[in-house]
This record gives sequence, structure tokens and C-alpha cells, in this order.
Amino acid sequence: MSQSQTAQAQHLPVATRHVGRLAQSLIAMTLGLFIVGVVGFSHIDVIHNAAHDVRHSNAFPCH
Amino acid sequence: MSTFRSIVFASVIAGFIVGLVVTAAQQFGTVPLILRAEVYEKAAEHKHEASAPPQAILVHDHADNAHGAEAWEPKDGWERNLYTAGANILTGIGFALLLCGFFSVRSGATGEAISWHEGLMWGLAGFAVFTLAPGLGLPPELPGVPAAPLLSRQIWWTMAVLATSAGLGLIVFRRSAPAAIAGVVLIMLPHLIGAPELEHVETNVPSSLSHQFVVAVTLTSLVFWSLLGSLTSAAFAYFDRPTSA
Repeated sequence: MSQSQTAQAQHLPVATRHVGRLAQSLIAMTLGLFIVGVVGFSHIDVIHNAAHDVRHSNAFPCH
Repeated sequence: MSTFRSIVFASVIAGFIVGLVVTAAQQFGTVPLILRAEVYEKAAEHKHEASAPPQAILVHDHADNAHGAEAWEPKDGWERNLYTAGANILTGIGFALLLCGFFSVRSGATGEAISWHEGLMWGLAGFAVFTLAPGLGLPPELPGVPAAPLLSRQIWWTMAVLATSAGLGLIVFRRSAPAAIAGVVLIMLPHLIGAPELEHVETNVPSSLSHQFVVAVTLTSLVFWSLLGSLTSAAFAYFDRPTSA
């Protein structure tokens, strides 16, 4: 790493850490919604049958 | 540890524990009612087949053959409960990832860890957004109770969740009167539009059973969300603590 890059890295960390945290949080939330979507909303029969009682118990629209 | 890893670790641990606890709660609350309703559902199917004219049965058989074997489903008993536990754990992890994302943004902005009690408040917000609001228009339904087309109900459910979360967000985070009014209107909006429903509902499932089911679903969901909110926040605060550098 050159000297100027090192200086830049020392000036930026607070802002980049903040943006990085937001982006990582958004990715995690998207992943979470995707998992809930597959378990609770997928129209594929096999997934529906496996998660049947959970869909009813969580009042996700079913059948 | 990176933020993403902290979120995933905390969510998997909290989702796993909450999924198992809720599976146990459902065995006493919702599952016995589902099994009782399925007795009515199957009886109605048999009656329907027996009363259909012979020609209709022929057509029905033919259609069945054309479809081939029915889709796989878990066998009643242990296998079925095992898949229920798995689906509960996955649902727990999914919603925990969502909650943890909010915790991470909040604690990143304030510089303070989210306490288990604040996590509990977020969990209760999840209960309002994902159980109470959609359940008002589309009450929890037992098998064997006919309902409007699935896709239309899924769309309304999603709209209710989005409107309620946006409304609550406006009320809690924008501390101004116009925002609060807009928030309340947003929460009411999906219910003023109205959830899709059938004009005539004919079912053999007794209404007392359906009512018990609404209560059971609401209570088990309350356990799910309050436990998920507090456990996820505690786990995230643990993994996200600043490492001594």
C-alpha cells in the first residue's frame, strides 16, 4: 500500500464503516425476507406440504 | 467480526431456539386444531366424491391419472412434526435476520447496543405488523375452510404488512403530528380497501373450532415474536460488541 493510500484509509474509516454497516444490514434483511417468502409463500407443492402446519399456524395465506 | 457475520450468527442462534420453542407451543395450541379440522376436510371430500354422478367420477379419475402421482407430503406423526419444526426454525431465522438488520442500523447510528428490552419492543412491532394487521382482514384459517383465490390473499397480506410497517415507522420515528396522522391512515388503508373474501362460504368445520384457532394462532405468534425480539437483540449485542483492538 502506498503512502497516499494509507493516509486516505486513515481519513475515511468512519464514513465507510457506516456505509458498510448499512449495506450489510440491508443484505441480511433481504436474505431474511427471501427465507420467509420461500417457507410461507412458495406455490411449489412440495414446499407447501412440508411447511403446511407452519403456514396455518402463522396465518400465512394457505391453500 | 463483520456486521453481516454478527447478524447471521445472532439470527441463526435466536431463530433456532425460538423455532424449537414455538414448535412445542404449537403442539398444544394450533396443531391439534389443524388435525381436527382435517377430519372434517377429508369427510367433506369423501362425501363430495360419493354424491357426484358416475360420469363426473369418471372424468375426475381421468383427470387424476393425467396428473400422475400426487405431490410428496410428510407422513403424519414424527415426520410431519419434524418438517414443522424445520419450517419454524427457518421462519425464525428469516424474521431474526430482518430484526437484526434494524438493530444493526440503529446501534450503528446511536453507537449503543440494543438492549433486550428494546428488542422486545421491536418483536412486538413485528407481532403487530405480521400477525395482528393481516389477521384482521384475513383471520387465521383452518384447513377445510374455503377462501378467496390464494394469490389475491397473498397480495393483500403483503400490502397490509407493508402499509402497517410504514405507518408504525412514521408514528415512531417522525415525531410530528402530520406524520402521525399519515401513519394512522396508512395502517387503516388496507382494511378500508378490504381483504379478498368469498361471497358464500360453505364448510363443515365448526365455527367454534375456527374461533379457537384464531386465539391459538395469535397467542403462539405473540410467544414467537416477543421471544424472537428479545433473544435476537441479546445475541446481536453479544456478537457485535467492539473487539479489543
